[in-house]
Amino acid sequence: MSDSGVANAVAPAFTAAAVSRRAVGEGAWLRWALTGLALLFLAVFLVVPLVLVFREAFSKGWDVYLAALTEPDAWHAIKLTLIAAAIAVPLNVIFGIAAAWGISKFRFRGKQVLITLIDLPFAVSPVIAGLIYVLVFGSRGWLGPWLEAHDLSIIYAVPGIVLATIFVTFPFVARELIPLMQEQGVSHEEAALTLGASGWQTFRRVTLPSIKWGLLYGVILCNARAMGEFGAVSVVSGHIRGKTNTLPLHVEILYNEYQFAAAFAVASLLALLAVVTLVAKSALEFKHQRDRERSARAATRQEEL
Amino acid sequence: MSIQVRDLNKSFGQFKALDNVSLQFNSGELVALLGPSGCGKTTLLRIIAGLEFADSGAVLFSGRDATATHVRERSVGFVFQHYALFRHMSVYDNVAFGLTVRPRRNRPDKQEIAERVHKLLELVQLDWLADRYPDQLSGGQRQRIALARALAVEPRVLLLDEPFGALDARVRKDLRSWLRRLHDELHVTSIFVTHDQEEAMEVADRIVVINRGRIEQVGTPREIYNAPATPFVYGFIGDANRLSGRAAGGWAELAGLRVPAPDFAQSEPRAVTGYIRPHDIELSGGGEGDGLAARVESVAQVGASLRVSVRSPEQAQSLQVELPHSGGQWPFEVGDAVRARPRAARVFADAPV
Amino acid sequence: MMSRNRVIPGFGLSLGYATLYTSLIVFIPLAALAAEGISLGGERFWAVVSHPQAVASYTLSFGAALTAALINLVFGLLVAWVLVRYSFPGKRIADALVDLPFALPTAVAGIALTALYGRNGWFGGPLEALGLKIAYAPAGIVVALTFIGLPFVVRTVQPVLAGLERELEEAAASLGADRWQTFRRVLLPALVPALLTGFALAFARAVGEYGSVVFISGNMPYRTEITPLLIYSKLEQYDYAGASALGVMMLLFSFLLLLAINALQYWSLRRQGGG
Repeated sequence: MSDSGVANAVAPAFTAAAVSRRAVGEGAWLRWALTGLALLFLAVFLVVPLVLVFREAFSKGWDVYLAALTEPDAWHAIKLTLIAAAIAVPLNVIFGIAAAWGISKFRFRGKQVLITLIDLPFAVSPVIAGLIYVLVFGSRGWLGPWLEAHDLSIIYAVPGIVLATIFVTFPFVARELIPLMQEQGVSHEEAALTLGASGWQTFRRVTLPSIKWGLLYGVILCNARAMGEFGAVSVVSGHIRGKTNTLPLHVEILYNEYQFAAAFAVASLLALLAVVTLVAKSALEFKHQRDRERSARAATRQEEL
Repeated sequence: MSIQVRDLNKSFGQFKALDNVSLQFNSGELVALLGPSGCGKTTLLRIIAGLEFADSGAVLFSGRDATATHVRERSVGFVFQHYALFRHMSVYDNVAFGLTVRPRRNRPDKQEIAERVHKLLELVQLDWLADRYPDQLSGGQRQRIALARALAVEPRVLLLDEPFGALDARVRKDLRSWLRRLHDELHVTSIFVTHDQEEAMEVADRIVVINRGRIEQVGTPREIYNAPATPFVYGFIGDANRLSGRAAGGWAELAGLRVPAPDFAQSEPRAVTGYIRPHDIELSGGGEGDGLAARVESVAQVGASLRVSVRSPEQAQSLQVELPHSGGQWPFEVGDAVRARPRAARVFADAPV
Repeated sequence: MMSRNRVIPGFGLSLGYATLYTSLIVFIPLAALAAEGISLGGERFWAVVSHPQAVASYTLSFGAALTAALINLVFGLLVAWVLVRYSFPGKRIADALVDLPFALPTAVAGIALTALYGRNGWFGGPLEALGLKIAYAPAGIVVALTFIGLPFVVRTVQPVLAGLERELEEAAASLGADRWQTFRRVLLPALVPALLTGFALAFARAVGEYGSVVFISGNMPYRTEITPLLIYSKLEQYDYAGASALGVMMLLFSFLLLLAINALQYWSLRRQGGG
């Protein structure tokens, strides 16, 4: 169960969408009615809110907009958001590759349990994601007294934010790679081994290139969530301005202080990130689909020779 | 290099893939492992390659125990059923792969790698495709590139898993004779797996027939076809009329046909099953003479032979007969009365119930 | 099938690392939650989770999540159908846009929807004139949860719909079925596993959602307070045990849903496999 895994399965959908005139199909009026209704739904729920973010952001003009983004607290929030993503994403990439390798290339008992555990963060409420770290690392948590004695703080500090971010983005890369690598099977790795390659050479020169697009796809989604996470981070951050505020938390603070234009200005940055994510994701899907079609055509040509 | 496998056993859960298999492959020969799907032939090939490990038993290369040797050190060339070409590498890089992953001290230099790759691509007659990617090749081309890649590491033995399985019929025929010629040129000990008897017959020096993890027969294509050792081989290789009957005193009575059965010289009768090839039955016209009286049920011309189906009024089963034929006139038409006489037959005792 | 001899390297390293990391990040912290919840003891645990305020929050969370998932079930099928079957200008953009709720931070969605459906908002104003209050009412929560669950049904149904052979419909038509009969008796049954999976995913996501809801709901206890928010406020009062007890309840529910989803996917795989 995953945002990303679901999206992954969609790539081949487009090629099959042959919309030729067929004897079997709906009449033109029904087609247009259904299309219109679907587009209206998408417009009301997706387009209008997105447009509104940018409109509100600029409602008080450029100066207010720029001021909201350049004030020190906003800058600090941007930096903290980038730091959290810069730690969480690579860690989850390493984990994702290791988990996908182990799960897809070997048979072992308990595989399903591991897969379910990997999925779990998708099903857990963000508030609980934050709560569990408070219980472990908070001042009254399992490790709280020990951390206090050593003058370390995790909750209401940057490490807690990083941990919560790791948790909520935990499955993204693994979820993208597991089905991909399961589908690819083991014969390429076996071929490399029969040709004398070492384990590392096999991974780096055979496996990694064959999963790079799937990996990139997972990284893009993982990154979007890492930078945008709100609930889990909110629980562990303590909302200390200029210290433990990420961009989404900064939006909340500004909003609750009725600084709407500033809140939407900061929100527009995050909305822009979302749009960039969608564009990158679509570009990847498009490229993948085009590659497949192109090579299929080339192979057919060879077949005819 | 010669290969020996001794007492190999391999199970997957409850399923016994190999049941005490021992075999000898001589240096330089081309052997087919032939059997229905799921018979264990691919498992055997993968154990020889070192891609799978047997539960017990040994694999010997040139008399030396290689059972525990890692696939990396076995220097086997393995051609995978679906070729397993690296999609992100050009044809050139695919073929060069085995050379470029060698440790630096015995890796050939760039120049030498290029020479060897081009020589191999010439050998498989695809030098002009060096810059292409696997997805841009036809099935037959991929197959030959996979072979070139396997040969690049100068393997001591070449193993091919269903090498023609994924190709269409016409390409398959071409590649078969090409593989045979290539083997005659290189003389690398080669083993290939197939479920297609025609393929095994045409290409291999020797055939190993496998069924349910056991070896049914080992022999040259001629021996396998002309003297099948077991009922399974009779049924699997070529067509045969399968007839039940009884045998006693050196003769068997099979659905009205009397055939010699020297294995059953004892006097007391026992239940047997006999196998007669369609082209080992003679038909003569008219109601007179010896042999089984029957009527022609159907006639069809397939290439240079006639396939005739005849049935005796007393028998439930019809007999399939194949006659050489040329010219426009058929010697028999549907409804003709004929006499059927077997020229050769093989009789096996039924397993006691 | 544990075999000593594995040809492909990295079994111990990859799975050892994956298991360790999963344990540290997911398993042990979740165990801490369970332990904290249990430490309350049966009686007090029950007192917390059956408190009227908690029960009101469950009703709201589940009710709103269910409503939103149902809306997404219907419109998700419609959107998937239109995207797979028809061509129209801007189709690629519409398709890419479906994933917006995955990519847009929930806080941004929350403030945007609140502004949109608030008294002075583009939609909120006219609706309020009609006597419909969306923001700061349960309806607002449904709107937010519909937004965040929107991609699930579309993205699970889309590939299955695209994979259905046209011959199925042509066969039905040749047998005399009209378009509606074909849809209801041939296409819809084939889509049921995907629809249910998408529905369950959207539902699971909606039940736990926090960020987009807190802005639009108004957070009035007994009225518009969802369970995650109740947990949050208990945490802010340093009531760790109480927060954990409610957390355990939600976790149990997530587990059950996860099981259901896995079973659904197993079922649909088997059906696709022609079993």
